[in-house]
Amino acid sequence: MGLKLGIDIGSTTVKVVIMDGDAILWRRYERHFSQVRQKTAELLEAARQVVGDQPLHAAVSGSAGFGVAKLIGMQFIQEVFATGQAIRYFGIDADAVIELGGEDAKILFLTGGVEERMNGSCAGGTGAFIDQMATLLNVTTDELDELSLQHTRIYPIASRCGVFAKTDIQPLLNQGARKEDLAASIFQAVVNQTITGLAQGRPIEGKVVFLGGPLYFLKGLRERFQETLKLDADHAFFPEWSQYAVAIGTAVYADENAPETTLSQVMERIKSASEESHSGRYLEPLFQNRGEYEEFSRRHSSATVEERDLSSYEGSAYLGIDCGSTTTKLVLIGQEAEILYQYYSSNQGNPVELVRRQLTEVRRLCGDRVAIRGVVTTGYGEELIQNAFHADAGIVETVAHFRAARFFDPQVDFILDIGGQDIKCFKVRSNAIDSIMLNEACSSGCGSFIETFAKSMGYSTEEFAQKGLFAKYPVDLGSRCTVFMNSSVKQAQKDGATVEDISAGLSISVVKNAVYKVIRATSASELGHNVVVQGGTFYNDAVLRAFERELGANVTRPVIAGLMGAYGAALSAREINLSQSSLLSLQELEDFTHTAKPAVCGLCPNRCNLTVNSFAGGGKYISGNRCERPLGSRPKESAPNLYQFKLKRLVDLSAQGKPGPRGKIGLALGMNMYENLPFWHTFFTQLGFEVVVSPPSTVELFAKGRYTIPSDTVCYPAKLMHGHMEYLLEQGVPTIFYPSLTYNFDEKRGDNHYNCPVVAYYPELLHANLQKLSQVRYLYPYLSTDDPKSFVREIYTYLRQYVADLTKREVKQAAEQAYQVYYRWHDDLRLEAEKAIAETRARGGKIIVLAGRPYHVDPEVNHGIDRLISGLGVTVLTEDSIFELAAPQRVRVLNQWTYHARMYSAAQYVATQPDMELVQLVSFGCGIDAITTDEVRDILESAGKLYTELKIDEINNLGAVKIRIRSLLEAMEERRRAREKGEN
Amino acid sequence: MEQCTRPCSQCAGALKEERVVFTQEMKKTHTILIPTMLPIHFRFMANILEQKGYKVKILENAGRSVVDEGLKNVHNDTCYPALLVIGQMIDALKSGEYDLDKVALLITQTGGGCRASNYIHLLRKALQKSGFGYIPVISLNIGGLEKNPGFTLSVSDYEKLMYAVILGDLIMLLANQCRPYEVEEGETDRTVNRWIEVMSEFFRGKKVLNWGRMRPYCTQILRDFAAIPKAGKQKIRVGVVGEIYVKYSPLGNNNLEDFLHSEGAEVVVPGLLDFCLYCVYNMIEDHKLYGGPKGKYWAAQAVYRYLVGKKRKLIELIREEGTFDPPEDFEAIRAMAEGYISTGMKMGEGWLLTAEMVELIHKGINNIVCTQPFGCLPNHIAGKGMIHLIKEKNPQANIVAVDYDPGASEVNQQNRIKLMLANAAMAQ
Repeated sequence: MGLKLGIDIGSTTVKVVIMDGDAILWRRYERHFSQVRQKTAELLEAARQVVGDQPLHAAVSGSAGFGVAKLIGMQFIQEVFATGQAIRYFGIDADAVIELGGEDAKILFLTGGVEERMNGSCAGGTGAFIDQMATLLNVTTDELDELSLQHTRIYPIASRCGVFAKTDIQPLLNQGARKEDLAASIFQAVVNQTITGLAQGRPIEGKVVFLGGPLYFLKGLRERFQETLKLDADHAFFPEWSQYAVAIGTAVYADENAPETTLSQVMERIKSASEESHSGRYLEPLFQNRGEYEEFSRRHSSATVEERDLSSYEGSAYLGIDCGSTTTKLVLIGQEAEILYQYYSSNQGNPVELVRRQLTEVRRLCGDRVAIRGVVTTGYGEELIQNAFHADAGIVETVAHFRAARFFDPQVDFILDIGGQDIKCFKVRSNAIDSIMLNEACSSGCGSFIETFAKSMGYSTEEFAQKGLFAKYPVDLGSRCTVFMNSSVKQAQKDGATVEDISAGLSISVVKNAVYKVIRATSASELGHNVVVQGGTFYNDAVLRAFERELGANVTRPVIAGLMGAYGAALSAREINLSQSSLLSLQELEDFTHTAKPAVCGLCPNRCNLTVNSFAGGGKYISGNRCERPLGSRPKESAPNLYQFKLKRLVDLSAQGKPGPRGKIGLALGMNMYENLPFWHTFFTQLGFEVVVSPPSTVELFAKGRYTIPSDTVCYPAKLMHGHMEYLLEQGVPTIFYPSLTYNFDEKRGDNHYNCPVVAYYPELLHANLQKLSQVRYLYPYLSTDDPKSFVREIYTYLRQYVADLTKREVKQAAEQAYQVYYRWHDDLRLEAEKAIAETRARGGKIIVLAGRPYHVDPEVNHGIDRLISGLGVTVLTEDSIFELAAPQRVRVLNQWTYHARMYSAAQYVATQPDMELVQLVSFGCGIDAITTDEVRDILESAGKLYTELKIDEINNLGAVKIRIRSLLEAMEERRRAREKGEN
Repeated sequence: MEQCTRPCSQCAGALKEERVVFTQEMKKTHTILIPTMLPIHFRFMANILEQKGYKVKILENAGRSVVDEGLKNVHNDTCYPALLVIGQMIDALKSGEYDLDKVALLITQTGGGCRASNYIHLLRKALQKSGFGYIPVISLNIGGLEKNPGFTLSVSDYEKLMYAVILGDLIMLLANQCRPYEVEEGETDRTVNRWIEVMSEFFRGKKVLNWGRMRPYCTQILRDFAAIPKAGKQKIRVGVVGEIYVKYSPLGNNNLEDFLHSEGAEVVVPGLLDFCLYCVYNMIEDHKLYGGPKGKYWAAQAVYRYLVGKKRKLIELIREEGTFDPPEDFEAIRAMAEGYISTGMKMGEGWLLTAEMVELIHKGINNIVCTQPFGCLPNHIAGKGMIHLIKEKNPQANIVAVDYDPGASEVNQQNRIKLMLANAAMAQ
């Protein structure tokens, strides 16, 4: 056997191995920073220095290796397959292999049916994900690992993909959760994702080999895997050559399949191939020449605000603090709104300490000359900072931004803010925020993304942005979520794009994402005539230029684009104009201490994860709560809430199963059972069954079933069904009933009365994926409930197969009862809504219709949004309690789903009620809502109403929801004032 | 095509809304633009429409501008096919190639519980948004969902369209079985093109069509393809199934067939007639499950038997010739769903998708690419949702599910397909 060479070019690193027989002669592992071919040639040169230029067999592998192999005419081997080769070559008797790479996760089952799998395209969080999270916590990956070993608790973090996890971590961070716990939680999320996304129902057992860079370097990650999979030291194998597995397998493969060559020859081929021209899709350069750029810079330097030196200033001053998701900003202004002091910094994982230092500085600089007469906080950390330092007030960030924008352009009618984590845009109409659009979790191509990317390529954000300005061939990276962008960048690298091209391409992507995904505009005129852009990301000239180009119009970028929230807060502090702010004194600031302790609230079965912040002097701030109870104060009088009414009725009903002669039958409280439980419960109880119902969902319930979810992009309510089935199986019911319902009840509100495909046929999927269901009688018949007569016929024919002594007569009677109870259930809802409306009107309150589907009542699906709203004193109604108050709606699309038709009617009803607004709940992955949201928006906006859409998923991030709801309430208030003014 | 057969007065409620109707005058003046899906089939269909006096143009514009127009004009969470089809149309309208006052658009319309039944409405919304609201949109459906005085198809027209589908399926099937083995590169494609020309003439010239007239041509086509010199040992066969648009359209699936071919695989793509049969069968199944008016049921039965018979005749012909592997009888395919999924699962490609995977495996084609647009609702169930069960019952199955959308990178897709191919090579 001669020498063999394996080259593994991954998304972030190149690995080269040269073997002689079984011995590894030389190996190296380096990051390539997108310089794929250059780095490969470099490593080969280094190898030649050591090994010499002997004949050898060579092959290439890895996600970025495919293109290279093709280009230089070398043998290519798919990386998962290469891993398998390596394992077989070393003769390791393992049952499974888990390999995590830069952007891929793979699993190989070696015994009991060989199977090799990779993560799908929507599950990008692995090595690159861990890097991103480390950046977020402002630590290195190694430090992250160290921290994780000190954890005391694990927070539930969405395990689907990096973007989601980020949305979970950010608020925890801002609430002061411990970094140690977060680090371990991040690793746990990776583990969960591997298990759900890859194993998909197949148990990972026996001896498991762990491979790839992250698993090699990160002890904490290994620990999480071992603990979760319950593997002892004998069953978890972490080989020393872990990150070289693919390269080794490639070398082994080359030995048998590739022709002989030499290192020099391979290098020669790489070099001669490097010259080829650009073949990928690329876009127009941002600037043709320097002149264009200078003209552009000149234009944007005019939107300024006066600055004064604080050390010479005397008089009153007002402070605004914007504690955002990734950055913290402070602005101190004088009587004339001139800036006396400003500060902008990334949170570095601990915003409280950061703010303390800044406040100390401000207090010191002010001395006795300057009187601070108001401090207002805003942003994600608004309440935390307000509580910690005794600020005078807090305002919603949207309002803060609007205030600041209006200062620069009193005519402003559209504001676009791209910050670190979110994109916010709002239209302004008659001096009030009119419609707010925020990016959803799946489109977070924002500032921090560019930042992380710049870092991963070895540049600072500024350098990276600068490079993009004069790129000749900006790459087209698409406009979806960051995970997809990562993959697109990978592809661009394969095509030989330069750092410049990628930088420009990323800027253009961020803009396209904002324009098409968030704003969803077709032309500039649609936005407005006076557009103000802000947020730290717009300091990046490439982003600004791309935005103007996409719109084909000039916009205003204030010089303090990144400080607008803080500036707006300061302006509002000036408006409050107190004689003296209650802000901590210099002494108090110096003595200030802060500790954050995790806790689990035990006051109700929701068991919220709380973070208790204690401040010097005995102050406390509790976050993570979904209601007011753990705050100790007596709960405020909550407004009526039909979600709670429905939930309670359903839970009460669930407990009413009575032992019957025909034994137990299980019903899963999820999906359409939230609508149909009264129907089926009555039906089976009448037939003499003891009905056992699963409880409302919890995270634990979800975890029970997540191992069998085959499609990671299906909606969360559907995924929860797996847990419900597991619950019912645990209860030992002999029969589980979950019918496949193509058609829904016909409420005569649309063109047809379908269920959506997922609601209709999820019973089929459970049958195909939950092996355990074969242990019981799992009944999932195709039935229709829209016509009582045919229902009786269908269900009787079906059930008779299983219940020999069933008579048609009793089925008919049970069905009659069931229909009655079902209709009465709807009557009750309607009456309850009428009562709530009357009560709210009597006290002059506000009403929000939280419109979704029946299963959005599940507290694990809505994450407590209903209680958050009612906790703010606003009455919450469901769409199904009021839709009958409006006529069936004619919409511009095919109105053929029963649940969705209700929503159109509900929107129409709200449109006629001055004291009501509608908030639409949309489950991530709900394809049908891609159609309904636009229609509901049209119905509301054409009646001058606001439209608010809340996208919900596994993630439990009420912070963003709260901001939107408060903005909505603020706008409602503004309109009410305007209306009253008009009447007077 | 999939139709609700239930006694429901509501049907067509919103469909009757004001829309730009394609009038009889327009028939003479307007060019009808049709988005592409299956190049061969659509070409024949266009010929049939031309024979009726319509001016027809199959759109072939592709590339980034199509995707960009889609992104701009359709809600980005809508399925990828809607985004592409609408993007392709608007891109064509903006190209300057057409007199905008003398152009109409044609799109197929289904009526099932999948959101695909909304494409035509999304198209109209998009047209309005881009200032093309005055352009008439014609719905091509077999259920009489929308009517246009200027665009009517008779029973014999539908019959002709069916023959176009059969012929398209035949040529596609033969080409796929020849291309990987042809001695002289390009000969298969040349043969395909030659027959497209010949058969286009055939379709243009015929007022009435029947199997008797078609048969000799089919025989000749079979002989012609059989005569292509072939060599080399059996290549790895890979079946392609999935959501109908991304399964067939090279625009939708990033030229999947070409990629598989370049990787040395023989591509097996189930025909379009099966999808038509599936749609018709669903009307029968609906009646069995839920009852309803007998008339429609009997009509569906008749059409179903007729189509099943036609496919049998084609299979027989291929078998007689002897060189090629014929497709499976539809009744047999339907039976293969048993034990996996109910034939009541009728949204999107529904039970047919599952049945096709099982059928491929029964034929020894264990390697399958299951294609779907990102977030495709019915495929959560019938595609990805069934893979576990299929593998459990057929451990040799080697299935990879690939998602398509405007942001998905080709590298990622190809990498996963290559893993499937590597596993296939090892199994061999």
